[in-house]
Amino acid sequence: MREIQEFSLDELKHLLSPRALTGETVVLNMGPQHPSTHGVLRLILELDGETIINCIPDIGYLHTGIEKNMESKTYTKAEVMTDRMDYLFTVGNNLAYCLAVEKLIGLPVPPRADAIRVILTELGRIQSHLVWIGTSALDLGAMSVFLYSMREREMVMDIYELVSGQRMMTTYIRPGGVWRDVPSQFNELVQRFVDIMPKRIDEYESLLTHNSLFLERTQNIGKIDVPTCLNWNVSGPTLRAAGLAHDVRKANPYCGIEQYDFDIPTQTQGDVYSRYLVRVAEMRESLKIVKQALDKLPMGPSRTYNPKFIPPPRSEIGISMESLIHHFKLWTEGFAPPAGSVYTAVESPRGELGVFLESDGGTKPYRVHYRTPSIPLISAFSVITPGHMIADMVSIISSIDLVLGDADR
Amino acid sequence: MNASLVLQWVIKSIIIILVLTGGFAYVTLYERKVLARMQVRIGPNRAGPAGLLQPIADAFKLIFKETFTPAKADKWIYPLAPLLTVIPALIITAVIPWGPPVTIGGKTFTLSLADINTGALYLLTVTSISVYGVTLAGWSSNNKYSMLGGLRATAQMISYELALGMSYLGPILLAGSLSITSIVNSQQHLWNVVLQPIGAIIYMIASIAEVNRSPFDMPEAEQELTAGYLTEYASMKFAMFYMAEYIKMIAVSMIGASLFLGGFWGPGVASIPWLGPIYLFIKVALLLFGFIWIRATLPRIRYDRLMSFGWKVLFPLSVLNVMITAGVILLVGG
Repeated sequence: MREIQEFSLDELKHLLSPRALTGETVVLNMGPQHPSTHGVLRLILELDGETIINCIPDIGYLHTGIEKNMESKTYTKAEVMTDRMDYLFTVGNNLAYCLAVEKLIGLPVPPRADAIRVILTELGRIQSHLVWIGTSALDLGAMSVFLYSMREREMVMDIYELVSGQRMMTTYIRPGGVWRDVPSQFNELVQRFVDIMPKRIDEYESLLTHNSLFLERTQNIGKIDVPTCLNWNVSGPTLRAAGLAHDVRKANPYCGIEQYDFDIPTQTQGDVYSRYLVRVAEMRESLKIVKQALDKLPMGPSRTYNPKFIPPPRSEIGISMESLIHHFKLWTEGFAPPAGSVYTAVESPRGELGVFLESDGGTKPYRVHYRTPSIPLISAFSVITPGHMIADMVSIISSIDLVLGDADR
Repeated sequence: MNASLVLQWVIKSIIIILVLTGGFAYVTLYERKVLARMQVRIGPNRAGPAGLLQPIADAFKLIFKETFTPAKADKWIYPLAPLLTVIPALIITAVIPWGPPVTIGGKTFTLSLADINTGALYLLTVTSISVYGVTLAGWSSNNKYSMLGGLRATAQMISYELALGMSYLGPILLAGSLSITSIVNSQQHLWNVVLQPIGAIIYMIASIAEVNRSPFDMPEAEQELTAGYLTEYASMKFAMFYMAEYIKMIAVSMIGASLFLGGFWGPGVASIPWLGPIYLFIKVALLLFGFIWIRATLPRIRYDRLMSFGWKVLFPLSVLNVMITAGVILLVGG
């Protein structure tokens, strides 16, 4: 019989404690195929009994090469790839990219498109938090919350499908606005979601917030303080749960989000429970934003008219030679922004999602780099987890809310 | 011992085993249906009318799967562990009466396989055996996750077993007998749950831990240990563990019903003895519903917390309960 390859401790010995080499502690390979690593995260755990001594995160199992691939596509085609990165916040990825392209060109965005963008990204945040609340409760063994939150997520997915024809990979937000104006049922559907959601959030909270078993599993687990967060470049709800009210939406507003009234929920403990409270409060704040944006959704065009960069409307192509030429040029060669480099950021449900875009004046981006929130969060595992038990590891992973598609690009 | 008595035992054993294995199959369906309803889903509804043939479809699937043994698993203990878990589960209910004596064709039969005078002790010992199966399964699979699951099972057993044993003592003291039939008969007019509310609650909590059900399902915690001791098991070996878990669920529900909920007693049983099994069935179904409800609602507890809960809360409480019960019986002269 062929001997089974054990993974070698030698190659890891600079990362483990000396006790691992004598066999005093157990080295456990958690993932990439593990039900609670939320995708294909691999964690090498050094265990003393069930207590974690060392945690070495290992990523790259979902590497897609999207950033590199975007360099060989036109700006329009490259946007389609951004959907595939953070698969829980697809509209946000689009938005960050479009903001970068707009900044590069200096393209204005009509107010209606801005409002629609805000509604969709905030819905995206709620949707991502719904997936998070469901999976993190499921990881702790409370399975019903998962199915309840999926029920509500479906409503957001329906809205996405209505506006773009796609449930997840929408590519609905385009440079200069949005693909098309929203259909007439949009207001009604969003309004219904906004009306239903607060009651449903109460429902999740009634199952978790004061449940003593849940408190036992989350309080004082996976603590991280503000200096550590800043040192490890951690942002988003994890940072806010530690006590620093930093949010890109307030610090560096985009899409006119500063005109809406909302708060940044913070907690001080920095543990799993604080992150839970922050995210639940964030869902409510996002609902507030969506409600305000929907109430004063301005009329007007949903995309800037600029045929050099934005395809002219279908109605013009049949009657205007110029439009036909522009359309042909845009769909074959693509548009060419001026040379230069820009950085734009949006607040993703996990933290700051930034795009660095460099153009050499051609029709394809010279370099696209996504500053994603998941990478710092994953690297912070090695400081958060030592001293906890395996069971806590699971709740820490889920509370951090990482998306591997976001980490491996 | 005559031939007719042996024949009677054989027939009763066959009935018990058939009822338990059939019950196992339909408890899985019951659980899936109830969970589905609680989680705004529909549940299995494809195999047969209203999904009633689903357990049979599952059984066929499991039988025809490849019997896979990991290369480094222990040759003997690995296949033996599921048997060690399932056989105690099948024989637990032998001492539990299903109804009052019935008369068929002029002859009176008792509706239990054995009415031994140490029935409660028998239950305690047999239910504890299956943890060996779990621990050995975890060890023999030669998988770190399984090993942790097996270790958790041992740690868990030590912490709940004492409280479980203590909770038996209340009904035993009240009935003045270790025989389950006597304990059930002592509750003909007043159920023990009224006299022993704390004992009943301790029993319910400890019995959930006994059958490794959520929130005490640490040995097989799917999200942490990738199903723990079950990780390396597939096909019929897995099915046997699964069977043991569900049969034990039925068994602890029957024991709970017998110790605290008056067993087969209910209105009209004294005149129509055949109502006994029906009442018992209803009580068991209700207790099973409780198990499923808890699973749908509560998150999993951490295993060190269960140990401290077992030792620091359940055990002192059960000792106190026994002392108070004994004192009251001594004073009232019960």
